[in-house]
Amino acid sequence: MAFMKFIAKSCEVAGYVIQTVCVAHCTFNHVGDFVVCSGPSMEPTLESNNILFTEHITPRFQRLRRGDIVIAKSPSNPKQNICKRIKALPGDRVRVQFPKRSQIVPRGHVWLEGDNSSNSADSRLYGPVPEGLIKSRVVCRVWPLDKISSLTQY
Amino acid sequence: MWFRGLCKSIILGVPIGITFLDTVGYVARVEGISMQPVLNPDSKSNNDYVFLSRWAVKDFNVQRGDVISLVSPKDPNQKIIKRIVALQGDIVSTLGYKSQYVKIPEGHCWVEGDHTGHTLDSNTFGPVSLGLVNAKASYIVWPPNRWQRLEAKLPSSRKPLTTAVHHT
Repeated sequence: MAFMKFIAKSCEVAGYVIQTVCVAHCTFNHVGDFVVCSGPSMEPTLESNNILFTEHITPRFQRLRRGDIVIAKSPSNPKQNICKRIKALPGDRVRVQFPKRSQIVPRGHVWLEGDNSSNSADSRLYGPVPEGLIKSRVVCRVWPLDKISSLTQY
Repeated sequence: MWFRGLCKSIILGVPIGITFLDTVGYVARVEGISMQPVLNPDSKSNNDYVFLSRWAVKDFNVQRGDVISLVSPKDPNQKIIKRIVALQGDIVSTLGYKSQYVKIPEGHCWVEGDHTGHTLDSNTFGPVSLGLVNAKASYIVWPPNRWQRLEAKLPSSRKPLTTAVHHT
């Protein structure tokens, strides 16, 4: 009898764990999550080890605007994420410094650049990035506490 | 009282369902003729339904010949189903792309539909980033008489000219 009770209790606990994991998965994958950023490419806006709150709803409905900071999968390594600012949307003309030419961002793509243009691997290196790689849009910085600030321009 | 119970089970059940679809896989209908003759062999009859395995691509481990679904590089709302022809480092001979031979850049792959000439694939938009790969099509599940496993195979004419060795 005690054994049956133990089994029932275990099932109950397992059920709660599964529910919690699933709710967390949905929240972090479809609503919003926290990202630790590293690297110098977005200085001075963002520094290494800042923690950002990002939301996944705007990219899903293609409501991205020029100037938004986004988290995207790196085109050259899908396991790595990049954090850049959208410089141009489909149809815009962008000027590339080297080689000196201009090009139009194709349909379904965006042009991403880091704020620290002297130390950033971005669209100037690998060209326009497909919108399908964009995971989320940065909303605000939540850490360090004395630098909490909104990072949207609107 | 029964209504509150129903609401509660929906609120708890929906996240479990979404998580299952996100991590294990789901069934989707194939539209179009780009993968003939493997999928939708007869365009007049009903469309095929395939099981798309999300689990199989969680580490972006795809092989040449796999049938995969990916987010279209031209329209992020659209998913397309194609076959992987080449992986990073391979050299492919293209069919009507801007250059005759293409070396696939790092983190990219070359995808083509089986129905050459009636498909919008890498020969139009070039190599695609592996990050766009959404799922691997592993089974045809409907109609029942077409139930079969989708094998990884490439016609010898579409094999990459040179294949890079990958250390995984």
